[in-house]
Amino acid sequence: MKTIHRSITLRLLIAGLSLSASSATLAQEPVRIAFIDPLSGTFAAIGNSGLKQLQYAADELFNSKGGVLGGRMIEIVPLDNKQSPTDTQIQFRRAVSEGLRIIFQGNSSAVANALNSTISRHNRRNPGQEILQINYSAVDPILTNEQCSFWHFRFDAHAVMKLNVLTDYIAMNSGIKKIYIIGQDYSFGQVVSDTSIELLREKRPDIEIVGNEFHPIGQVKDFTPYVTKIASSDADAVITGNFGADMVSLARSIIDSGLDIPIYTFYAAYDGITATLGADGVGKIYLVHNDAGNPLPTEERLAYTRNFKRLNPNNDMTQFRITNALQMLVQAMETSQSADPYDIALALEEMRFTNMSGEELWMRGDDHQIIQPLHISVHTDQNIVMDADNSGFGLYRDFSVPGDETVVDHSCRMRRPRR
Amino acid sequence: MLEVIVFATLNGLVTGLLLFMLASGLTLIFSMMGVLNFAHASFYMLGAYFAYSISQKLGFWAGLIVAPLLVGTLGALVERYALRRVHAHGHVAELVFTFGLAFLIEEAVQFFWGADTKNYRSPDLLDFPLFTLFGQDFSAYRGFMITISVAIFIVLYYVLTRSRIGIIIQAAITHPHTVSNLGHNVPLIFMAVFGVGTALAGVAGVIAGPVLTTFPGMAIVLGSIVFVIVVIGGLGSLGGAFVASLMIGLLQSYAIASNLGVPDLLNLLGLEFSKDHPLNDLWTLTLPQIAPVLPFLLLVLVLTFRPTGLAGKREE
Repeated sequence: MKTIHRSITLRLLIAGLSLSASSATLAQEPVRIAFIDPLSGTFAAIGNSGLKQLQYAADELFNSKGGVLGGRMIEIVPLDNKQSPTDTQIQFRRAVSEGLRIIFQGNSSAVANALNSTISRHNRRNPGQEILQINYSAVDPILTNEQCSFWHFRFDAHAVMKLNVLTDYIAMNSGIKKIYIIGQDYSFGQVVSDTSIELLREKRPDIEIVGNEFHPIGQVKDFTPYVTKIASSDADAVITGNFGADMVSLARSIIDSGLDIPIYTFYAAYDGITATLGADGVGKIYLVHNDAGNPLPTEERLAYTRNFKRLNPNNDMTQFRITNALQMLVQAMETSQSADPYDIALALEEMRFTNMSGEELWMRGDDHQIIQPLHISVHTDQNIVMDADNSGFGLYRDFSVPGDETVVDHSCRMRRPRR
Repeated sequence: MLEVIVFATLNGLVTGLLLFMLASGLTLIFSMMGVLNFAHASFYMLGAYFAYSISQKLGFWAGLIVAPLLVGTLGALVERYALRRVHAHGHVAELVFTFGLAFLIEEAVQFFWGADTKNYRSPDLLDFPLFTLFGQDFSAYRGFMITISVAIFIVLYYVLTRSRIGIIIQAAITHPHTVSNLGHNVPLIFMAVFGVGTALAGVAGVIAGPVLTTFPGMAIVLGSIVFVIVVIGGLGSLGGAFVASLMIGLLQSYAIASNLGVPDLLNLLGLEFSKDHPLNDLWTLTLPQIAPVLPFLLLVLVLTFRPTGLAGKREE
């Protein structure tokens, strides 16, 4: 009887303690960040991988070290948009009604564009209740050019910047005389095609574009007929902006037909692609991206990536820019001592930041486009420390361009809100 | 030019014969039950995923045998315990049921295998070029695909037209009640046909998986095309499905290989439009660009001018 009594008192005591503890955290309200990306449907793998990386960055870098702004935790709120602009509107409304003021989004430029205009309209109509868009992946140049907005910040290099680096790299290879361009028939595929032709004409007028092909997204069953055309054109290299299954099928068909030519790409790694290309793709698949790849440039970065892998054995750190974006966001909060989007936006403009890979990042204030070193990596199994898809294969850095050489002019005329 | 024609023909044959493997099962099921099985391509996907998992442990050849059997059994069970009940409520209910089943299978595949691309490989035994023409390899695996498809067509054709089972099946298609009165178990025949039809889809999945990549969207990519073939070929006609499959395979392959487009037509007519023209996209359209859509154009034409399809018998 006595023991029961005692345990009840003990429990009451514990309950009282935890009550006071929770009221203490209540006073320190978390900084809540919405993550609007596909978490179900065809593109779920990429969205979920991004979510894990953002959650990891928040926990590892800030929450486990006492939070931000003097003790506030970062809370990531995942909202599934199935990569559809319509669902994005619904999830945006939800984010607004729940009082979320910062939105991370990356997949699909169509979604990013829709979100960009929705946020601009919302912010115009609701002064004091503005929303901030952190774009970590959508690369349509328009977002930091014609459609640029004070409330939008891009943490990936846009398509033209990446192509600038890619064509530099191709131009250095004097063995390439003929290039075949093939891509999905939509805005990004068109940008890749038009820009590569234009840049190659400037940099290497002797290179002949022997093919410029578009195919519908996700409709092609078998790429062999396209590869037949590539082979008969005598191309020395292929450029493609394809992603997902279209990327794998194209690369596989090229390799299977015995064509021994390099394929220059944007999205030919991770999420099953690296494992599927495997040994056949070694030394043939080149990829332009903002991550340094292997070897990892610093010990800190290696430890950070290893720890992510330990916690998420089936995922890879595919988009390190998510970490960059969160770190810069937090730094903007700390300098402005505020979690208000307007203050954060002002602090982010012109911010210079050294990331975990030891790279200099600059958020250009005029168009809110990040300027960072870009790299070209090759698919291989040699000297790979952190592989992809647990396959033993991964990306090895072959060529790097410092940030200031990646700068591309912009046509943004930003409308700045007055306060 | 010659090399393009030769390879376009070979590619068209491979695609066409693969499509036939799916269409043959679908057209049998369609003619017996009068319902389009929307989930047919999902069974094709299941075939690829089963074979992938089996090949991880036991190798490709085990997958080639076991995966279609698994898919066929699953198909037969679906018919016996679900579709047969739904059948009582009419065709619309069946249609909606298979439609739902397609979604269910796709989600299940993502649930068990994940949403990423699977590294399902062709066997090392067939990992060599069968022949090299004009500097381009034609892999032995593709030759193997053609062989299997043709073999299936011959066996199927023989069974349906020359064997006793085939006669009963054909009779059950047109006169189910008479066949039933003659003492044959028509529901069992239905179940068997559904099982064999889905198993054929499974075979297609097993051999297509390594070439066309194994990912959760593979059913959608192929699904709609198979319906087109069944309709163009004529409902319930195996020969029609065969011709339609090859036709569509070759049509797509030639369209991609060609470099023709509206610009050539305009040149021929001596017309020219500026790049700023609002319809610029239309004036620069090329045949390869619309190749994957051509079968649907053909479908519309066939339905308009010959609703029974190429070899269809029914006209009601």
